[in-house]
Amino acid sequence: MTLQRTLRVLFCLTVLAGMAFAQTTLNGAGATFPYPIYSKWFSEYHKAHGDVEINYQSIGSGGGIRQVTTGTVDFGASDGPMTDEQLQQSKVKIVHIPTVLGAVVPAYNVPGVSGEIKFPADVLANIFLNKISNWNDKAIAAANPGVKFPDQNIIVIHRSDGSGTTYIFTDFLSKVSPDWLQVAGKGTAVKWPVGLGGKGNEGVAGMIRQTPGAIGYIELIYALQNNIPYGSVKNSSGQFIKASLESVTAAAQGVKMPNDYRVSITNPPGKTAYPISSFTWLLIPQPYKDGAKGKIITDFLNWELDNGQGMAGSLSYAPLPKEVADKVRQTIKGLK
Amino acid sequence: MAASEVPSNSPAVKPPKVATTVEIPKPKPESLKDFGVLGQSRFGSSAGVRVADNIFRGAMLVSALSIFGIVLLVLWELIQKSQMTLHQFGWKFFIGSDWDPVAGNFGALPFIYGTIVSSILALIIAVPLSVGVAVFTTEMCPKALRTPISFMVELLAAIPSVIYGLWAIFVLAPLLRNYVQPWLAKTLGWTGLFSGPPYGIGMLAAGVILAIMIIPIIASVTREVLIAVPQNQREGVLALGATRWEMIRTGVLRNARIGIVGGVILGLGRALGETMAVTMVIGNRPEIAKSLFAPGYTMASVIANEFSEASDDLYLSALVEIGLALFIVTMIVNALARLLVWSITRGTPARAHA
Repeated sequence: MTLQRTLRVLFCLTVLAGMAFAQTTLNGAGATFPYPIYSKWFSEYHKAHGDVEINYQSIGSGGGIRQVTTGTVDFGASDGPMTDEQLQQSKVKIVHIPTVLGAVVPAYNVPGVSGEIKFPADVLANIFLNKISNWNDKAIAAANPGVKFPDQNIIVIHRSDGSGTTYIFTDFLSKVSPDWLQVAGKGTAVKWPVGLGGKGNEGVAGMIRQTPGAIGYIELIYALQNNIPYGSVKNSSGQFIKASLESVTAAAQGVKMPNDYRVSITNPPGKTAYPISSFTWLLIPQPYKDGAKGKIITDFLNWELDNGQGMAGSLSYAPLPKEVADKVRQTIKGLK
Repeated sequence: MAASEVPSNSPAVKPPKVATTVEIPKPKPESLKDFGVLGQSRFGSSAGVRVADNIFRGAMLVSALSIFGIVLLVLWELIQKSQMTLHQFGWKFFIGSDWDPVAGNFGALPFIYGTIVSSILALIIAVPLSVGVAVFTTEMCPKALRTPISFMVELLAAIPSVIYGLWAIFVLAPLLRNYVQPWLAKTLGWTGLFSGPPYGIGMLAAGVILAIMIIPIIASVTREVLIAVPQNQREGVLALGATRWEMIRTGVLRNARIGIVGGVILGLGRALGETMAVTMVIGNRPEIAKSLFAPGYTMASVIANEFSEASDDLYLSALVEIGLALFIVTMIVNALARLLVWSITRGTPARAHA
């Protein structure tokens, strides 16, 4: 008798669950860096389309690439473009769709220096290579006339967790310093020649704040939201540029966009371009496994271009430049 | 089944079926009245009892064996998923000290070293403190203070480790950097264990935060063990003219030492596997340094840090093999701890187990 009752309850539950799942649910996974804007987009899209729910797990770009290439999620997301090798190994064809832009900034804690510090690219590389180890080094002073630097050891702080932020920063250092390319190279985690590792943006920022003489790199959004002082970096045109929505957008405008969108925009041409910026991408498997879900993804991508880009600025992400957005629109038409 | 066929609305009528089929009708029908249907089904038939018994024994056996199954499955998966690095580096993986994901060179030694050193450091700090807390609360604490102290100790255990980590970055590390490390360098610098620039962040900070996290475990186990020591042990030692310290040493601690070692092992287990708080303050640098001021790295930390972004197969395989190394180290440490307990128990009178 109890068995019968249990069965009846189970049956009711199944029916209820079935009703709840009548709406379509999409699953995505990947990068943590664009999570704030993605979660806003997905919730706004759900408000506009009540029958569609999009879940996004911010498990990291590496996890996003793995899951989308094995087909366990409907779409992935990454801060760094997939490599040729990864694309070859993938079971499905992957299309990269750039969504927004972000920047990485050098943040510091130098006792007695409250203003902005200017970093020539090679100086920044040499600090992280441990070739410059004191704030009173001539190379730093030469770029910052009028600033009095203390006799204080530089303590380098880097991310300890694998991260797209590290990828963008080391990608930049590899482009501006042959030594860096040889010693460490670029990656989501590298062999740091010097320094302490902090976990996440909050760990790095916490250590910078607590340690006199510290320098580290964090995402622009994080520095802005938490009022952490950060410096300007010399770009390829010889200008010292501070990261801002405008200078990040300028970085994207100076680069020729390839058809597969896999492009690094660190150290780009352009007078007003901030040199440590990057796109972040959604990874769309092609062709869609499930036609209905595919239709929704296509619709969402168009919605994101029309309505979503406007929301980026309020969360300190730079929207796509117009010509890139137009190009993406064409690509979306070709999705099937 | 036979028992349930007895009409329950007329229990006074002697049910002939029961009388004939049941082999051991010990309880008389009159007395069954008091138990009703429940009593009858409980003592249904011996065949039923035997089946139920066997099912029960089987179920328990399966639960016990499942532990073996789970451990072997974990080991199998770890070996399976780390095939790539096992082949490429062999045993050199465990003694190599280079960790370069970009170049594809992987060695686990700095992580093994960091895990063991930070855990031992934590034990050195935590064991005397926890035993002190336990002795104080059971032997010499005024009644009014006992509950608040025990409550506080247990409260420490309930704090999430990420909170410990953040607290360590913002409070502990500056404290160590500005006061403790300069003093240690001045007084004990000659040992070589306390030299180099005082960052605050590093192996020492990791050891201290781990110590704080395992104190509640060791202290509460030790307290329970001390409470279990019979009162007449204490009275006996005191009656022989011992001082209070002698009484606690010979009458209480000596008798409770096995239990205390058990508590220490529990704490050690926590320290070996703790991830979040350690990651936030250890400095995450895969290097073996003699100085405790220098940054280090642990096995649990590197897995937590790098797993989510490890996109190429060799890298992933290396991280899984770190998990295998952690598994092996934990097993060795546990075996050593068992040996320790065994060597203490050997030749001890039976009362020690009380």
